[in-house]
Amino acid sequence: MGRRLKLAAQVLAVGLVAALFGLLGWKVTHQGSGAELVKNAGLGKKPPAPDFRLARLDGDGHVDLKSFRNKVVLVNFWASWCDPCKREMPRLEQAYRQFRGRGVEFVGVDAQDFDSSAKREVRKAGTSYPVGYDGAGKVLGRYGGLPLPKTFVIDRRGRLVNYHLGELEPADINRLLKGALKPS
Amino acid sequence: MRAALLVALVAALVAPAAAPASQQHPTQNELESEIMCPVCGTTLDQSDSAVAQQMKMYIAARIHAGATKSQIEDALVAQFGEAVLAAPPKRGFNLIAWLLPLIGLLVAAPIVGWAAWRWSRARDSGPPVPPSRLDPDIERRIDSELAGYETS
Repeated sequence: MGRRLKLAAQVLAVGLVAALFGLLGWKVTHQGSGAELVKNAGLGKKPPAPDFRLARLDGDGHVDLKSFRNKVVLVNFWASWCDPCKREMPRLEQAYRQFRGRGVEFVGVDAQDFDSSAKREVRKAGTSYPVGYDGAGKVLGRYGGLPLPKTFVIDRRGRLVNYHLGELEPADINRLLKGALKPS
Repeated sequence: MRAALLVALVAALVAPAAAPASQQHPTQNELESEIMCPVCGTTLDQSDSAVAQQMKMYIAARIHAGATKSQIEDALVAQFGEAVLAAPPKRGFNLIAWLLPLIGLLVAAPIVGWAAWRWSRARDSGPPVPPSRLDPDIERRIDSELAGYETS
């Protein structure tokens, strides 16, 4: 009886440790997926862009990445507490007006932010492209997490073909989009 | 051991009773030490980042407006997700994080006590250990060498 009890306790302890290791492994791989994605995009591997569906910041429906298939999509992650993000917003709006007639869509993703502050910034910059609200930063995490701003370009087949970390200048926007607009 | 367990249980039972005062009238410092800055991985009181400043201002405004602690926390969770709380909330699935250590203590204490009792009992009642015998050859050699010392 004593030996059986001891064996059961040992099996239980080993099982518990194995379960904790499994949990740790899952957590590490889950967190690491965003960084891996950015790395692969940087290596020119064109990984599939993770889909997302976010409530629009203006409260009018959702922003669904899938709905932009067959278009080149520029996804810009930003937040109202990020000064470079705010500086690049008017440049993005200007580029949006320039490119939208050429099969290009822009999507803003406001991440880890107060929605009220973000709405204020959107109004101030006169942003007309859809902006989704990712308060908890879950979508941002799937795209490699902080820092902000960061901008991805997705081709017509839904693959990440380009990205830019940091504040965008007009020349950066042109470079990112022109690369994706080339016939593949 | 029993006294320690009793103290732990009493502390666990008394803690919720002390909560309502800070729940109704939270302080800025208290909330800043319990809310995480989402971009720096520290609590707000440890951070001067732009988002932390924004959150501190939000908390100050809500305290000024008379909001309770849970109202402020809920509003921040709605904006930034549950990860903004430094400690998991004491409800739902997160309750496990609070109960598991206590359950572990309650389960482990009797097991350790029982094992210690068995170990001490086995030591008391076990057969006497015979003194270890030396190899006869070595014993003879030691005797002859000792005899050599005595005669010299």
